This record gives sequence, C-alpha cells and structure tokens, in this order.
Amino acid sequence: MLNKVTESAIDAMSHINDGATILIGGFGLAGQPAELIDALIERNAKDLTIVSNNAGNGETGLALLLKSGCVRKIICSFPRQHDSYIFDDLYRAGKIELEVVPQGTLAARMQAGGSGLGAIYTPTAYGTLLAEGKETRTIDGKNYVLEYPIKADFALIKAFQGDRWGNLTYRKAARNFGPIMAAASNHTIAQVSEVVELGVLDPEHIITPGIFVHEVVCIEGEAS
Amino acid sequence: MSDYTPRSVDEIAKRVAQDIEEGMYVNLGIGQPTRVADFLPKDKDIFLHSENGVLGMGPAPEEADRDGDLINAGKQYITLLKGGSYFHHGDSFAMIRGGHIDLCVLGAFEVAENGDIANWFLGRPKDIPAVGGAMDLAVGAKKVYVIMDHVSKNGDPKIVENLKLPITGEKCVNRIYTDLAVIDITEQGLMVRDMVDGLTFDELQAKTGAALQQP
Repeated sequence: MLNKVTESAIDAMSHINDGATILIGGFGLAGQPAELIDALIERNAKDLTIVSNNAGNGETGLALLLKSGCVRKIICSFPRQHDSYIFDDLYRAGKIELEVVPQGTLAARMQAGGSGLGAIYTPTAYGTLLAEGKETRTIDGKNYVLEYPIKADFALIKAFQGDRWGNLTYRKAARNFGPIMAAASNHTIAQVSEVVELGVLDPEHIITPGIFVHEVVCIEGEAS
Repeated sequence: MSDYTPRSVDEIAKRVAQDIEEGMYVNLGIGQPTRVADFLPKDKDIFLHSENGVLGMGPAPEEADRDGDLINAGKQYITLLKGGSYFHHGDSFAMIRGGHIDLCVLGAFEVAENGDIANWFLGRPKDIPAVGGAMDLAVGAKKVYVIMDHVSKNGDPKIVENLKLPITGEKCVNRIYTDLAVIDITEQGLMVRDMVDGLTFDELQAKTGAALQQP
C-alpha cells in the first residue's frame, strides 16, 4: 500500500543534501511552509539555492533559514520588504547571491521546468536590466526575451488537505506558487493541515494531483 | 503664480476611479494605486485582480475576520467578493501577460513621453532590486495608467523626455494621473486632459520635462 505520508517534518528532510536547489512556496507568509523550513534549518544542509517569491519576513520561516547561513543563493521576485532586514543585511554584506526574476517569469520558468519545455520567450522585462545579455526575438512584431526553465531537487510547499497518494487542496490565496513548484521539483514535500482518507477529496477539487507530490507531512493545529 | 490646490492622494484615486467602467478586470499596484478601490462605484461590477492569485478582491476585513491566507499583492488582509476565485501564480500571470487584464494602475518614479515607465529600482549602490509583478503588468495589461506626483520632492519633473532611471517597461503607459493634471500619452505626444482649477497650462508645462499639448 503506497503511503506518502511522512511522520515528521524532520524525517522528510533526510534526503536533502548540500548544494541542493529548493523551491519554497508562499507569497509573504501566505502559503509559506513554516514548519518544513524549521525542519530544513535543523537539517543544516549547506550551500543551498532557494527559489521563492520573497526573501523572508521578520525572524521566522524563510528569514530564519537565511539567517542560519545555509543559503548561498536566492532566486526571487521581491526580496526587499519592510521586514526583510535579515536578507537586506546579508545582501549588503555580500553574504548571499541574489537573482531577481519578474514574478510572472518566475512562475513561467518553473512551469516550463515542470512541464518539460526547453525554454520560453516572454515579453516581460524586454529592454530592461533584467534582460541584459539574454537572447531576444521578435515574434509577430512583438519583442520577447528567452528565459530558461527552473527545475529543482526539492520543493517545500504548504497545502490544506492531503491524502496518502499525495493529492492536495489549498486554502484561499495560500495556493500561489504551490502547484507550480510541486510540478517543477524532483522531490516535493507538502505540509498539510489535515490528512484525509483516499476518496475524501473531491476529484474535481484536487488542485495538485499526487503524481507531483512525494511526501506529505501533517502539521497538527495548523488549520487557520 | 496663480492660485491652485493640488489634488490630494484620495482625490487622485477618485479621479482614476471615475475612468473605470463596469465589467473591467483591473489590477491595482501596491501603494497609492490600491486606494483607487475605495472609490469604485459600488453599484457596478468591476473585478479587482491581485497577482498572488485572487480575482474579485473585496474590501479589507474587520480585524476579527482577518485571514493570513487571504492577502493581496501588498500583503494586506483582504476579502473575497461573492463570485470571486483563487488560482495559482501561473494562471494569475497568464491573465496579466496574456492580455486579459483590461487595466493596471501603477505607481512610478518617472514616465517618459513615449510611455516608457521606471518604477522598480533606483539603482543606487545600497538599493536592493525588487521587481515583483511590475514588469509583467507593464507589458501585459491592455492599458497602463500611472498615479504619481507631478514633480519629485526636489521639484524635478517626473514626466520626462527620456528616463534617467532603470526602465520597467517600454512604451506601455497610456495615461498619467498626477496631483496637478491628467495626461494621455498619444501618438501625437503628451495630451493634457484636465488640470486642477486655477493652474495655467504654462505653469503645468514648466513643471513637466517634456512638451505638453492641449487637445
């Protein structure tokens, strides 16, 4: 009997190695898998590349991961926030590498990665600093920038309900990058508020089918 | 100098809201553009899109009803209207890049007379670049309106012939709403649509870094 449910967040981190590229879900704190990130900090793998929309808030979750010194590089769209001081200090001290990617391009590059495309042409960022040195092309009179896929070793995401096959639902705007990251990684670990029996999730409502998910960790008392 | 009162932040937002029609799908940028929502007519169906995966965004909730999973692009608590929906970032930016969003309202540091916009990065040594969805919105929305002060804190024009700051998107701004005027960017150049009472065209021109025209 296949069972993707892993007992603890710590156990789920056991495969994560030094130098791994890890997608981390969330937009600000909504959908950020805080307990999985805590477990990743405990895992203490080094030299990580993190892909996430932001670069952490306050002193929890992603910000704490950056503070732990495990992260070599972050790829994100919006690192600078009013409470992103941990990232700001690391960046200004030259202790973390930053690749800024427009938010829609970040999503599209991961979608390309997850769906087996070799690259995409996007109109976003044409003629800007973020397209410097990149191949461009004019298609039907419109200018595009060539962007390569993002594929990762791991994804850590937060969903709402899950089952032992790894099917997931999400809650409100906490969905954001979750489904895309699940598809773009070789090993997706989802934290959920509730694990339900097979068949409980309405197939019409499953947002991420289990094929994209490898481990499900139930974080008790997480339900909003 | 003649006697005039610049539009307040709320008055500018109200002025933008007047130009938004029933049935439009609209993305309001972070900061000042967000305030346009407060002045949209309640009797019209206007759909607010938030790039973190919300369509049909409603007003801010009461404190007791705040939900950490329901925020807008500025990470403020929001509500969802009846008929609203959630979706992932891929679909959200398909709406933007795919030309399904009728109008986006952005803030800006500078706008050039050809519609180039700079609003993401000042480029000084200590600044941290952060673009978010601005470049996608600039190229993707069918129309881009800008809200900004007419001049900078130092009195320098923010409407210019050529951008001095790093560009966000090329030739994408259709209209600029400032504290002094509403200006369309047209094939014929910068066309002044309205000005605050008491301001003369020559005074407005003196505060603008590119040639203005009157229809």
